[in-house]
Amino acid sequence: MSDIKYILGLFEDPDDMMNGIDKLQDNDISVYDVYTPMPIHGIEDKLGVKRSRLDIVAFICGITGTCTGFGMIYFMLVMDWPMNVGGKPNFAIPDFIPITFELTVLFCAFGMVAAFFYRTHLFPGRAPRVMELRATTDRFVIAIDANKGFDNQKIDNLLKEAGAIEIKHNDRKYVSYE
Amino acid sequence: MGAHHHSYNFSEKFDFSGKVKTLSIVGIIIGIIAVAFGFLTGHSERTFLNLLLMSYYFTCVCAAGVFFCAIQFVAQAGWSAALLRVPQAFGKVLPLASIILLIVVASGLFSHNLYHWNTPEGSEEFSPSKSFYLSPIFFLVRIVLFLGAYSIFAGILTKASVNEDLHGGLNSYKRSIKYSAIFLVIFGFTTPVWAFDTIMSLEANWFSTMFGWYNFAAMWVSGLAAITVTLILLKKAGYLSWINDNHFHNLGQFVFGFSIFWTYIWFAQFLLIYYANMPEETVYFYKRLEGFYMPLFWLNLIINFMSPVLILMSRDAKRKRNMLLFVCIILLCGHWLDYYMMIMPGTLGDAAGFGIIEIGTIVGFVSLFAFTVMASLSKLSLAPKNHPFLEESLNHQI
Repeated sequence: MSDIKYILGLFEDPDDMMNGIDKLQDNDISVYDVYTPMPIHGIEDKLGVKRSRLDIVAFICGITGTCTGFGMIYFMLVMDWPMNVGGKPNFAIPDFIPITFELTVLFCAFGMVAAFFYRTHLFPGRAPRVMELRATTDRFVIAIDANKGFDNQKIDNLLKEAGAIEIKHNDRKYVSYE
Repeated sequence: MGAHHHSYNFSEKFDFSGKVKTLSIVGIIIGIIAVAFGFLTGHSERTFLNLLLMSYYFTCVCAAGVFFCAIQFVAQAGWSAALLRVPQAFGKVLPLASIILLIVVASGLFSHNLYHWNTPEGSEEFSPSKSFYLSPIFFLVRIVLFLGAYSIFAGILTKASVNEDLHGGLNSYKRSIKYSAIFLVIFGFTTPVWAFDTIMSLEANWFSTMFGWYNFAAMWVSGLAAITVTLILLKKAGYLSWINDNHFHNLGQFVFGFSIFWTYIWFAQFLLIYYANMPEETVYFYKRLEGFYMPLFWLNLIINFMSPVLILMSRDAKRKRNMLLFVCIILLCGHWLDYYMMIMPGTLGDAAGFGIIEIGTIVGFVSLFAFTVMASLSKLSLAPKNHPFLEESLNHQI
Protein backbone atom coordinates (compact mmCIF):
# COMPACT_ATOMS: atom_id res chain seq x y z
CA MET A 1 0.00 0.00 0.00
CA SER A 2 2.67 2.44 0.93
CA ASP A 3 4.62 2.45 -2.33
CA ILE A 4 1.61 3.47 -4.41
CA LYS A 5 2.36 6.88 -5.79
CA TYR A 6 -0.57 7.65 -8.06
CA ILE A 7 -4.07 6.30 -8.53
CA LEU A 8 -5.39 6.45 -12.05
CA GLY A 9 -9.05 6.14 -13.00
CA LEU A 10 -9.55 5.25 -16.66
CA PHE A 11 -12.80 6.26 -18.29
CA GLU A 12 -14.26 5.50 -21.67
CA ASP A 13 -16.57 8.49 -21.80
CA PRO A 14 -15.67 12.15 -21.13
CA ASP A 15 -19.03 12.79 -19.43
CA ASP A 16 -18.37 9.97 -16.96
CA MET A 17 -14.95 11.42 -16.31
CA MET A 18 -16.36 14.90 -15.63
CA ASN A 19 -18.82 13.24 -13.29
CA GLY A 20 -15.90 11.49 -11.57
CA ILE A 21 -14.09 14.80 -11.04
CA ASP A 22 -17.23 16.24 -9.46
CA LYS A 23 -17.57 13.25 -7.14
CA LEU A 24 -13.95 13.42 -6.01
CA GLN A 25 -14.15 17.14 -5.42
CA ASP A 26 -17.40 16.77 -3.49
CA ASN A 27 -15.50 14.45 -1.13
CA ASP A 28 -12.62 16.93 -0.78
CA ILE A 29 -10.20 14.75 -2.70
CA SER A 30 -7.98 16.90 -4.89
CA VAL A 31 -7.31 15.77 -8.43
CA TYR A 32 -3.64 15.78 -9.39
CA ASP A 33 -4.25 16.08 -13.12
CA VAL A 34 -6.47 14.86 -15.93
CA TYR A 35 -5.31 13.43 -19.25
CA THR A 36 -7.61 13.26 -22.24
CA PRO A 37 -7.10 12.33 -25.90
CA MET A 38 -8.89 15.51 -27.02
CA PRO A 39 -9.58 18.94 -25.56
CA ILE A 40 -12.61 19.12 -23.29
CA HIS A 41 -14.33 22.46 -22.82
CA GLY A 42 -14.68 23.75 -19.30
CA ILE A 43 -12.22 21.33 -17.73
CA GLU A 44 -9.68 24.05 -16.79
CA ASP A 45 -12.30 25.93 -14.80
CA LYS A 46 -13.41 22.77 -13.06
CA LEU A 47 -9.88 21.78 -12.07
CA GLY A 48 -8.92 25.35 -11.21
CA VAL A 49 -6.04 25.32 -13.69
CA LYS A 50 -4.38 28.72 -13.85
CA ARG A 51 -4.32 30.59 -17.13
CA SER A 52 -1.33 29.90 -19.33
CA ARG A 53 1.45 32.46 -19.14
CA LEU A 54 2.46 31.81 -22.73
CA ASP A 55 1.07 35.20 -23.77
CA ILE A 56 3.58 36.93 -21.49
CA VAL A 57 6.41 34.97 -23.14
CA ALA A 58 4.96 35.94 -26.51
CA PHE A 59 4.94 39.61 -25.58
CA ILE A 60 8.48 39.63 -24.24
CA CYS A 61 9.84 37.74 -27.25
CA GLY A 62 7.90 39.97 -29.61
CA ILE A 63 9.19 43.19 -28.09
CA THR A 64 12.74 41.77 -28.19
CA GLY A 65 12.21 41.14 -31.91
CA THR A 66 10.94 44.66 -32.43
CA CYS A 67 13.98 46.17 -30.74
CA THR A 68 16.40 43.82 -32.52
CA GLY A 69 14.88 44.53 -35.93
CA PHE A 70 14.69 48.26 -35.51
CA GLY A 71 18.12 48.46 -33.88
CA MET A 72 19.70 46.33 -36.59
CA ILE A 73 18.39 48.44 -39.46
CA TYR A 74 19.20 51.62 -37.60
CA PHE A 75 22.77 50.46 -37.14
CA MET A 76 23.11 49.36 -40.76
CA LEU A 77 21.37 52.18 -42.60
CA VAL A 78 21.95 55.16 -40.33
CA MET A 79 25.23 54.55 -38.45
CA ASP A 80 27.38 52.03 -40.23
CA TRP A 81 26.71 52.48 -43.94
CA PRO A 82 24.35 55.37 -44.80
CA MET A 83 23.12 55.19 -48.38
CA ASN A 84 21.11 57.60 -50.48
CA VAL A 85 17.99 55.71 -51.55
CA GLY A 86 15.82 57.81 -53.84
CA GLY A 87 16.84 60.99 -52.05
CA LYS A 88 15.17 59.92 -48.83
CA PRO A 89 16.61 60.59 -45.40
CA ASN A 90 18.74 57.77 -44.04
CA PHE A 91 16.46 57.41 -41.08
CA ALA A 92 13.32 56.71 -43.14
CA ILE A 93 11.02 55.10 -40.59
CA PRO A 94 8.33 53.75 -42.97
CA ASP A 95 10.99 51.67 -44.72
CA PHE A 96 12.02 50.17 -41.37
CA ILE A 97 8.56 48.95 -40.45
CA PRO A 98 8.25 45.78 -42.61
CA ILE A 99 11.53 44.31 -41.33
CA THR A 100 10.78 45.33 -37.74
CA PHE A 101 7.37 43.72 -38.06
CA GLU A 102 8.74 40.49 -39.53
CA LEU A 103 11.40 40.15 -36.84
CA THR A 104 8.75 40.72 -34.17
CA VAL A 105 6.70 37.87 -35.60
CA LEU A 106 9.75 35.63 -36.01
CA PHE A 107 11.06 36.15 -32.46
CA CYS A 108 7.57 35.80 -31.05
CA ALA A 109 6.87 32.53 -32.88
CA PHE A 110 10.25 30.93 -32.12
CA GLY A 111 10.13 32.12 -28.52
CA MET A 112 6.70 30.64 -27.98
CA VAL A 113 7.65 27.30 -29.51
CA ALA A 114 10.82 27.15 -27.40
CA ALA A 115 8.95 28.12 -24.23
CA PHE A 116 6.30 25.52 -24.93
CA PHE A 117 8.87 22.78 -25.50
CA TYR A 118 10.78 23.79 -22.39
CA ARG A 119 7.69 23.81 -20.22
CA THR A 120 6.24 20.53 -21.50
CA HIS A 121 9.61 18.71 -21.62
CA LEU A 122 9.15 17.99 -25.29
CA PHE A 123 12.45 18.15 -27.08
CA PRO A 124 13.25 16.63 -30.43
CA GLY A 125 14.71 13.17 -29.85
CA ARG A 126 13.38 12.86 -26.31
CA ALA A 127 10.83 10.17 -25.65
CA PRO A 128 7.82 11.80 -24.03
CA ARG A 129 6.74 10.60 -20.60
CA VAL A 130 3.10 10.07 -19.82
CA MET A 131 1.21 8.71 -16.86
CA GLU A 132 -0.95 6.42 -18.95
CA LEU A 133 -0.25 5.46 -22.54
CA ARG A 134 -3.88 5.05 -23.54
CA ALA A 135 -4.65 8.64 -22.55
CA THR A 136 -3.26 9.52 -25.96
CA THR A 137 -5.68 7.26 -27.80
CA ASP A 138 -9.02 6.38 -26.24
CA ARG A 139 -8.98 6.71 -22.45
CA PHE A 140 -9.91 9.66 -20.25
CA VAL A 141 -7.71 9.54 -17.21
CA ILE A 142 -8.03 11.12 -13.78
CA ALA A 143 -4.83 11.00 -11.73
CA ILE A 144 -4.85 11.38 -7.95
CA ASP A 145 -1.76 11.81 -5.81
CA ALA A 146 -1.81 8.84 -3.40
CA ASN A 147 0.58 10.42 -0.90
CA LYS A 148 -1.79 13.19 0.11
CA GLY A 149 -3.34 11.07 2.84
CA PHE A 150 -6.62 10.26 1.16
CA ASP A 151 -8.36 6.96 1.75
CA ASN A 152 -7.36 4.86 -1.28
CA GLN A 153 -10.35 2.54 -0.94
CA LYS A 154 -12.70 5.51 -0.98
CA ILE A 155 -11.05 6.90 -4.10
CA ASP A 156 -11.44 3.54 -5.84
CA ASN A 157 -15.10 3.38 -4.94
CA LEU A 158 -15.81 6.90 -6.07
CA LEU A 159 -14.08 6.29 -9.40
CA LYS A 160 -15.95 3.06 -9.91
CA GLU A 161 -19.24 4.71 -9.04
CA ALA A 162 -18.61 7.39 -11.64
CA GLY A 163 -18.10 4.72 -14.28
CA ALA A 164 -14.35 4.10 -14.42
CA ILE A 165 -13.65 0.95 -16.41
CA GLU A 166 -10.22 0.43 -14.95
CA ILE A 167 -8.37 1.65 -11.88
CA LYS A 168 -4.61 1.54 -11.64
CA HIS A 169 -2.40 1.88 -8.59
CA ASN A 170 0.96 2.95 -9.94
CA ASP A 171 4.19 2.92 -7.99
CA ARG A 172 5.92 4.98 -10.67
CA LYS A 173 4.76 8.37 -11.77
CA TYR A 174 5.51 8.06 -15.46
CA VAL A 175 5.56 5.39 -18.07
CA SER A 176 7.72 6.24 -21.00
CA TYR A 177 7.43 5.59 -24.69
CA GLU A 178 10.96 4.28 -24.71
CA MET B 1 -23.59 16.72 -23.34
CA GLY B 2 -26.46 16.11 -25.73
CA ALA B 3 -29.05 17.08 -23.18
CA HIS B 4 -30.85 20.43 -23.58
CA HIS B 5 -30.70 22.12 -20.22
CA HIS B 6 -31.50 25.64 -21.30
CA SER B 7 -34.78 27.43 -21.06
CA TYR B 8 -34.35 30.27 -23.49
CA ASN B 9 -37.25 31.81 -25.31
CA PHE B 10 -36.00 31.64 -28.89
CA SER B 11 -39.21 32.99 -30.37
CA GLU B 12 -38.62 36.26 -28.50
CA LYS B 13 -39.00 39.25 -30.82
CA PHE B 14 -37.52 42.71 -30.65
CA ASP B 15 -40.21 45.20 -29.67
CA PHE B 16 -39.67 48.26 -31.81
CA SER B 17 -41.68 51.04 -30.25
CA GLY B 18 -41.54 53.85 -27.73
CA LYS B 19 -38.53 56.07 -27.10
CA VAL B 20 -36.03 54.45 -29.50
CA LYS B 21 -38.48 54.72 -32.36
CA THR B 22 -39.28 58.37 -31.65
CA LEU B 23 -35.59 59.21 -31.21
CA SER B 24 -34.57 57.60 -34.47
CA ILE B 25 -37.36 59.40 -36.35
CA VAL B 26 -36.25 62.70 -34.80
CA GLY B 27 -32.66 61.88 -35.87
CA ILE B 28 -33.75 61.24 -39.46
CA ILE B 29 -35.59 64.57 -39.50
CA ILE B 30 -32.50 66.36 -38.13
CA GLY B 31 -30.52 64.77 -40.98
CA ILE B 32 -33.00 65.93 -43.60
CA ILE B 33 -32.97 69.47 -42.17
CA ALA B 34 -29.14 69.52 -42.15
CA VAL B 35 -29.00 68.39 -45.78
CA ALA B 36 -31.59 71.00 -46.78
CA PHE B 37 -29.58 73.61 -44.87
CA GLY B 38 -26.47 72.57 -46.79
CA PHE B 39 -28.14 72.94 -50.16
CA LEU B 40 -29.91 76.19 -49.33
CA THR B 41 -26.81 77.92 -47.98
CA GLY B 42 -24.91 77.22 -51.20
CA HIS B 43 -22.77 74.32 -49.96
CA SER B 44 -24.15 71.83 -52.46
CA GLU B 45 -20.80 70.17 -53.24
CA ARG B 46 -19.93 69.75 -49.57
CA THR B 47 -23.43 68.41 -48.82
CA PHE B 48 -23.18 65.96 -51.69
CA LEU B 49 -19.80 64.70 -50.48
CA ASN B 50 -21.19 64.18 -46.99
CA LEU B 51 -24.20 62.37 -48.40
CA LEU B 52 -21.86 60.19 -50.44
CA LEU B 53 -19.72 59.49 -47.39
CA MET B 54 -22.59 58.48 -45.14
CA SER B 55 -24.60 56.55 -47.74
CA TYR B 56 -21.46 54.66 -48.77
CA TYR B 57 -20.70 53.95 -45.10
CA PHE B 58 -24.32 52.85 -44.54
CA THR B 59 -24.24 50.53 -47.57
CA CYS B 60 -20.86 49.14 -46.54
CA VAL B 61 -22.03 48.25 -43.03
CA CYS B 62 -25.13 46.54 -44.42
CA ALA B 63 -23.07 44.67 -47.02
CA ALA B 64 -20.69 43.61 -44.24
CA GLY B 65 -23.70 42.06 -42.49
CA VAL B 66 -24.39 39.87 -45.52
CA PHE B 67 -20.69 39.08 -45.76
CA PHE B 68 -20.64 38.05 -42.09
CA CYS B 69 -23.57 35.65 -42.59
CA ALA B 70 -22.04 34.23 -45.77
CA ILE B 71 -18.69 33.56 -44.07
CA GLN B 72 -20.39 31.81 -41.18
CA PHE B 73 -22.31 29.55 -43.54
CA VAL B 74 -19.37 28.70 -45.78
CA ALA B 75 -17.12 27.99 -42.79
CA GLN B 76 -20.02 26.04 -41.22
CA ALA B 77 -19.29 28.00 -38.08
CA GLY B 78 -21.17 26.99 -34.98
CA TRP B 79 -20.38 29.75 -32.51
CA SER B 80 -22.28 32.46 -34.36
CA ALA B 81 -25.60 30.68 -34.92
CA ALA B 82 -27.29 32.31 -31.94
CA LEU B 83 -26.44 35.85 -33.01
CA LEU B 84 -26.98 35.49 -36.75
CA ARG B 85 -30.22 37.44 -36.77
CA VAL B 86 -28.41 40.75 -36.22
CA PRO B 87 -26.14 40.65 -39.31
CA GLN B 88 -29.12 39.25 -41.17
CA ALA B 89 -31.10 42.35 -40.23
CA PHE B 90 -28.25 44.47 -41.65
CA GLY B 91 -28.55 42.49 -44.87
CA LYS B 92 -32.27 43.13 -45.05
CA VAL B 93 -31.58 46.87 -44.99
CA LEU B 94 -29.03 46.58 -47.82
CA PRO B 95 -31.53 47.14 -50.70
CA LEU B 96 -32.67 50.43 -49.16
CA ALA B 97 -29.09 51.51 -48.45
CA SER B 98 -28.11 50.64 -52.03
CA ILE B 99 -30.96 52.71 -53.45
CA ILE B 100 -29.94 55.71 -51.35
CA LEU B 101 -26.30 55.37 -52.41
CA LEU B 102 -27.35 55.04 -56.03
CA ILE B 103 -29.53 58.15 -55.88
CA VAL B 104 -26.70 60.15 -54.29
CA VAL B 105 -24.12 58.90 -56.79
CA ALA B 106 -26.35 59.44 -59.84
CA SER B 107 -27.54 62.90 -58.85
CA GLY B 108 -24.02 63.89 -57.82
CA LEU B 109 -22.73 62.63 -61.16
CA PHE B 110 -25.22 64.50 -63.32
CA SER B 111 -25.24 67.68 -61.26
CA HIS B 112 -21.41 67.63 -61.52
CA ASN B 113 -21.13 68.01 -57.77
CA LEU B 114 -19.35 64.72 -57.14
CA TYR B 115 -17.39 63.18 -59.99
CA HIS B 116 -15.39 65.78 -61.83
CA TRP B 117 -14.39 63.37 -64.55
CA ASN B 118 -17.94 63.81 -65.84
CA THR B 119 -17.44 67.50 -66.61
CA PRO B 120 -16.03 68.64 -69.99
CA GLU B 121 -12.92 70.12 -68.31
CA GLY B 122 -12.56 67.18 -65.99
CA SER B 123 -12.59 64.58 -68.75
CA GLU B 124 -9.61 66.23 -70.44
CA GLU B 125 -7.49 65.94 -67.35
CA PHE B 126 -7.08 62.21 -67.25
CA SER B 127 -5.72 59.69 -69.68
CA PRO B 128 -8.05 58.96 -72.65
CA SER B 129 -7.69 55.24 -71.97
CA LYS B 130 -9.91 55.74 -68.93
CA SER B 131 -12.71 57.41 -70.85
CA PHE B 132 -14.54 54.19 -71.65
CA TYR B 133 -14.35 52.96 -68.09
CA LEU B 134 -15.40 56.33 -66.70
CA SER B 135 -18.43 56.89 -68.92
CA PRO B 136 -21.53 57.77 -66.89
CA ILE B 137 -23.72 54.95 -68.18
CA PHE B 138 -21.16 52.17 -67.74
CA PHE B 139 -20.29 53.63 -64.33
CA LEU B 140 -23.90 53.54 -63.11
CA VAL B 141 -24.57 50.12 -64.64
CA ARG B 142 -21.64 48.69 -62.67
CA ILE B 143 -22.88 50.10 -59.38
CA VAL B 144 -26.45 48.91 -60.04
CA LEU B 145 -25.21 45.43 -60.93
CA PHE B 146 -22.94 45.08 -57.89
CA LEU B 147 -25.34 46.44 -55.29
CA GLY B 148 -28.24 44.61 -56.93
CA ALA B 149 -26.34 41.31 -56.74
CA TYR B 150 -25.45 41.84 -53.05
CA SER B 151 -29.07 42.70 -52.26
CA ILE B 152 -30.40 39.65 -54.08
CA PHE B 153 -28.07 37.36 -52.18
CA ALA B 154 -29.05 39.05 -48.92
CA GLY B 155 -32.64 38.29 -49.82
CA ILE B 156 -31.89 34.65 -50.64
CA LEU B 157 -30.10 34.13 -47.31
CA THR B 158 -32.91 35.78 -45.34
CA LYS B 159 -35.52 33.71 -47.15
CA ALA B 160 -33.64 30.50 -46.43
CA SER B 161 -33.48 31.45 -42.75
CA VAL B 162 -37.22 32.17 -42.62
CA ASN B 163 -37.90 28.80 -44.25
CA GLU B 164 -35.66 27.14 -41.70
CA ASP B 165 -37.68 28.71 -38.88
CA LEU B 166 -40.91 27.42 -40.41
CA HIS B 167 -39.98 23.94 -41.59
CA GLY B 168 -36.71 22.99 -39.86
CA GLY B 169 -34.48 20.40 -41.47
CA LEU B 170 -31.18 20.82 -43.23
CA ASN B 171 -32.37 21.93 -46.67
CA SER B 172 -32.32 25.65 -45.89
CA TYR B 173 -28.88 25.35 -44.33
CA LYS B 174 -27.43 23.57 -47.35
CA ARG B 175 -29.04 26.14 -49.63
CA SER B 176 -27.51 28.93 -47.54
CA ILE B 177 -24.04 27.38 -47.84
CA LYS B 178 -24.35 27.14 -51.61
CA TYR B 179 -25.55 30.69 -52.15
CA SER B 180 -23.08 32.06 -49.58
CA ALA B 181 -20.21 30.51 -51.53
CA ILE B 182 -21.42 32.08 -54.77
CA PHE B 183 -21.94 35.39 -53.00
CA LEU B 184 -18.44 35.42 -51.52
CA VAL B 185 -16.84 34.92 -54.94
CA ILE B 186 -18.90 37.74 -56.46
CA PHE B 187 -18.39 39.98 -53.44
CA GLY B 188 -14.64 39.41 -53.33
CA PHE B 189 -14.13 40.37 -56.95
CA THR B 190 -16.56 43.27 -57.10
CA THR B 191 -16.05 45.20 -53.83
CA PRO B 192 -12.66 46.58 -54.93
CA VAL B 193 -14.24 47.79 -58.17
CA TRP B 194 -17.14 49.26 -56.22
CA ALA B 195 -14.63 51.20 -54.10
CA PHE B 196 -12.64 52.29 -57.18
CA ASP B 197 -15.83 53.65 -58.73
CA THR B 198 -17.59 55.37 -55.88
CA ILE B 199 -14.62 56.70 -53.92
CA MET B 200 -11.36 56.50 -55.85
CA SER B 201 -12.77 58.07 -59.02
CA LEU B 202 -13.42 61.27 -57.07
CA GLU B 203 -9.77 61.92 -57.89
CA ALA B 204 -9.73 60.36 -61.33
CA ASN B 205 -6.06 61.01 -61.98
CA TRP B 206 -4.82 59.12 -59.00
CA PHE B 207 -5.00 55.38 -58.71
CA SER B 208 -3.94 52.63 -56.34
CA THR B 209 -4.60 48.93 -56.71
CA MET B 210 -4.54 48.57 -52.93
CA PHE B 211 -7.45 50.95 -52.63
CA GLY B 212 -10.11 48.28 -53.14
CA TRP B 213 -8.80 46.09 -50.35
CA TYR B 214 -8.21 49.10 -48.16
CA ASN B 215 -11.91 49.92 -48.51
CA PHE B 216 -12.87 46.32 -47.97
CA ALA B 217 -10.91 46.26 -44.70
CA ALA B 218 -12.60 49.47 -43.54
CA MET B 219 -15.99 48.01 -44.49
CA TRP B 220 -15.37 44.77 -42.64
CA VAL B 221 -14.06 46.39 -39.45
CA SER B 222 -16.90 48.90 -39.32
CA GLY B 223 -19.44 46.16 -40.09
CA LEU B 224 -18.09 43.99 -37.26
CA ALA B 225 -18.06 46.95 -34.89
CA ALA B 226 -21.67 47.76 -35.84
CA ILE B 227 -22.73 44.14 -35.28
CA THR B 228 -21.04 44.12 -31.86
CA VAL B 229 -22.56 47.45 -30.84
CA THR B 230 -26.04 46.29 -31.88
CA LEU B 231 -25.64 43.05 -29.95
CA ILE B 232 -24.40 44.79 -26.80
CA LEU B 233 -27.20 47.34 -26.90
CA LEU B 234 -29.79 44.58 -27.42
CA LYS B 235 -28.28 42.69 -24.53
CA LYS B 236 -28.39 45.81 -22.35
CA ALA B 237 -32.05 46.25 -23.27
CA GLY B 238 -32.71 42.77 -21.88
CA TYR B 239 -32.86 40.73 -25.07
CA LEU B 240 -30.66 37.84 -26.23
CA SER B 241 -30.28 36.12 -22.87
CA TRP B 242 -28.44 33.27 -24.63
CA ILE B 243 -25.54 35.41 -25.84
CA ASN B 244 -22.67 35.32 -23.34
CA ASP B 245 -19.14 36.58 -22.83
CA ASN B 246 -17.72 33.90 -25.11
CA HIS B 247 -19.63 35.23 -28.10
CA PHE B 248 -18.50 38.76 -27.31
CA HIS B 249 -14.94 37.51 -26.89
CA ASN B 250 -15.07 36.11 -30.42
CA LEU B 251 -16.49 39.32 -31.82
CA GLY B 252 -13.81 41.25 -29.95
CA GLN B 253 -11.14 39.08 -31.55
CA PHE B 254 -12.68 39.77 -34.93
CA VAL B 255 -12.70 43.52 -34.33
CA PHE B 256 -9.15 43.46 -32.95
CA GLY B 257 -7.76 41.30 -35.74
CA PHE B 258 -9.35 43.14 -38.60
CA SER B 259 -8.34 46.52 -37.19
CA ILE B 260 -4.79 45.29 -37.57
CA PHE B 261 -5.65 43.99 -41.03
CA TRP B 262 -6.94 47.46 -41.91
CA THR B 263 -3.67 49.01 -40.71
CA TYR B 264 -1.70 46.46 -42.69
CA ILE B 265 -3.50 47.36 -45.90
CA TRP B 266 -3.38 51.08 -45.12
CA PHE B 267 0.34 50.86 -44.53
CA ALA B 268 0.94 48.67 -47.59
CA GLN B 269 -0.62 51.39 -49.75
CA PHE B 270 1.29 54.14 -47.98
CA LEU B 271 4.66 52.40 -48.04
CA LEU B 272 4.53 51.58 -51.76
CA ILE B 273 3.75 55.17 -52.64
CA TYR B 274 6.31 56.54 -50.18
CA TYR B 275 9.02 54.21 -51.42
CA ALA B 276 8.43 54.58 -55.16
CA ASN B 277 8.06 58.35 -54.73
CA MET B 278 6.36 58.95 -58.08
CA PRO B 279 4.75 62.40 -58.36
CA GLU B 280 1.41 61.18 -59.76
CA GLU B 281 1.03 58.86 -56.78
CA THR B 282 2.53 60.91 -53.95
CA VAL B 283 0.15 63.79 -54.68
CA TYR B 284 -2.49 61.79 -52.81
CA PHE B 285 -0.54 61.83 -49.55
CA TYR B 286 0.83 65.30 -50.19
CA LYS B 287 -2.74 66.61 -49.93
CA ARG B 288 -3.33 64.62 -46.75
CA LEU B 289 -0.11 65.42 -44.93
CA GLU B 290 -0.35 69.21 -45.27
CA GLY B 291 -2.31 71.84 -43.39
CA PHE B 292 -5.81 71.10 -42.17
CA TYR B 293 -5.60 67.37 -42.84
CA MET B 294 -2.25 66.64 -41.22
CA PRO B 295 -3.52 66.13 -37.64
CA LEU B 296 -6.49 64.15 -38.96
CA PHE B 297 -4.14 61.89 -40.92
CA TRP B 298 -2.37 60.87 -37.71
CA LEU B 299 -5.60 60.81 -35.69
CA ASN B 300 -6.95 58.30 -38.21
CA LEU B 301 -4.09 55.91 -37.41
CA ILE B 302 -4.33 56.51 -33.67
CA ILE B 303 -8.06 55.79 -33.54
CA ASN B 304 -8.19 52.88 -35.94
CA PHE B 305 -4.93 51.16 -35.05
CA MET B 306 -3.59 52.24 -31.67
CA SER B 307 -6.88 52.23 -29.77
CA PRO B 308 -7.98 48.66 -30.61
CA VAL B 309 -4.41 47.35 -30.20
CA LEU B 310 -3.87 48.94 -26.82
CA ILE B 311 -7.37 48.51 -25.40
CA LEU B 312 -8.54 45.20 -26.86
CA MET B 313 -5.26 43.27 -26.63
CA SER B 314 -6.04 41.41 -23.43
CA ARG B 315 -8.55 38.62 -23.04
CA ASP B 316 -10.34 40.38 -20.20
CA ALA B 317 -10.93 43.54 -22.23
CA LYS B 318 -12.72 41.54 -24.93
CA ARG B 319 -14.96 39.98 -22.31
CA LYS B 320 -15.89 43.27 -20.64
CA ARG B 321 -18.97 44.44 -22.44
CA ASN B 322 -18.61 48.15 -21.73
CA MET B 323 -14.99 48.14 -22.83
CA LEU B 324 -15.91 46.39 -26.06
CA LEU B 325 -18.78 48.79 -26.63
CA PHE B 326 -16.46 51.74 -26.10
CA VAL B 327 -13.85 50.47 -28.56
CA CYS B 328 -16.47 49.61 -31.17
CA ILE B 329 -18.03 53.07 -30.99
CA ILE B 330 -14.57 54.63 -31.21
CA LEU B 331 -13.87 52.49 -34.27
CA LEU B 332 -17.16 53.44 -35.92
CA CYS B 333 -16.20 57.11 -35.46
CA GLY B 334 -12.69 56.29 -36.64
CA HIS B 335 -13.87 54.77 -39.87
CA TRP B 336 -16.05 57.78 -40.50
CA LEU B 337 -12.82 59.79 -40.26
CA ASP B 338 -11.15 57.22 -42.52
CA TYR B 339 -13.79 57.76 -45.22
CA TYR B 340 -13.57 61.50 -44.63
CA MET B 341 -9.85 61.33 -45.33
CA MET B 342 -10.49 59.35 -48.51
CA ILE B 343 -13.14 61.71 -49.85
CA MET B 344 -12.58 65.30 -48.73
CA PRO B 345 -8.92 66.25 -49.38
CA GLY B 346 -9.07 65.48 -53.10
CA THR B 347 -12.40 67.21 -53.69
CA LEU B 348 -13.08 70.06 -51.31
CA GLY B 349 -9.50 70.56 -50.23
CA ASP B 350 -9.20 73.50 -47.86
CA ALA B 351 -12.91 74.23 -48.09
CA ALA B 352 -13.72 71.14 -46.04
CA GLY B 353 -14.65 71.36 -42.40
CA PHE B 354 -16.70 69.91 -39.64
CA GLY B 355 -19.98 71.69 -38.98
CA ILE B 356 -23.74 71.47 -39.14
CA ILE B 357 -23.74 69.62 -42.47
CA GLU B 358 -21.33 66.90 -41.28
CA ILE B 359 -22.95 66.41 -37.89
CA GLY B 360 -26.44 66.52 -39.39
CA THR B 361 -25.74 63.88 -42.05
CA ILE B 362 -24.06 61.64 -39.46
CA VAL B 363 -27.03 61.93 -37.09
CA GLY B 364 -29.47 61.40 -39.95
CA PHE B 365 -27.81 58.31 -41.36
CA VAL B 366 -27.08 56.74 -37.97
CA SER B 367 -30.74 57.21 -37.08
CA LEU B 368 -31.85 55.85 -40.43
CA PHE B 369 -29.61 52.83 -39.88
CA ALA B 370 -30.93 52.34 -36.36
CA PHE B 371 -34.54 52.73 -37.48
CA THR B 372 -34.33 50.33 -40.43
CA VAL B 373 -32.25 47.72 -38.61
CA MET B 374 -34.54 47.74 -35.59
CA ALA B 375 -37.60 47.57 -37.83
CA SER B 376 -36.23 44.53 -39.64
CA LEU B 377 -35.08 42.93 -36.35
CA SER B 378 -38.62 43.16 -35.00
CA LYS B 379 -39.99 41.12 -37.90
CA LEU B 380 -38.35 37.79 -37.03
CA SER B 381 -37.55 36.02 -33.79
CA LEU B 382 -34.15 36.96 -32.33
CA ALA B 383 -32.66 33.48 -32.72
CA PRO B 384 -32.84 31.15 -35.73
CA LYS B 385 -34.47 28.43 -33.63
CA ASN B 386 -34.01 25.61 -36.15
CA HIS B 387 -30.43 26.43 -37.07
CA PRO B 388 -28.50 23.13 -36.99
CA PHE B 389 -25.65 24.68 -34.97
CA LEU B 390 -27.77 26.58 -32.45
CA GLU B 391 -27.01 24.10 -29.66
CA GLU B 392 -23.29 24.31 -30.41
CA SER B 393 -23.49 28.08 -30.34
CA LEU B 394 -25.16 28.05 -26.91
CA ASN B 395 -22.35 25.85 -25.57
CA HIS B 396 -19.66 27.94 -27.20
CA GLN B 397 -16.68 28.42 -24.96
CA ILE B 398 -13.27 29.96 -25.48
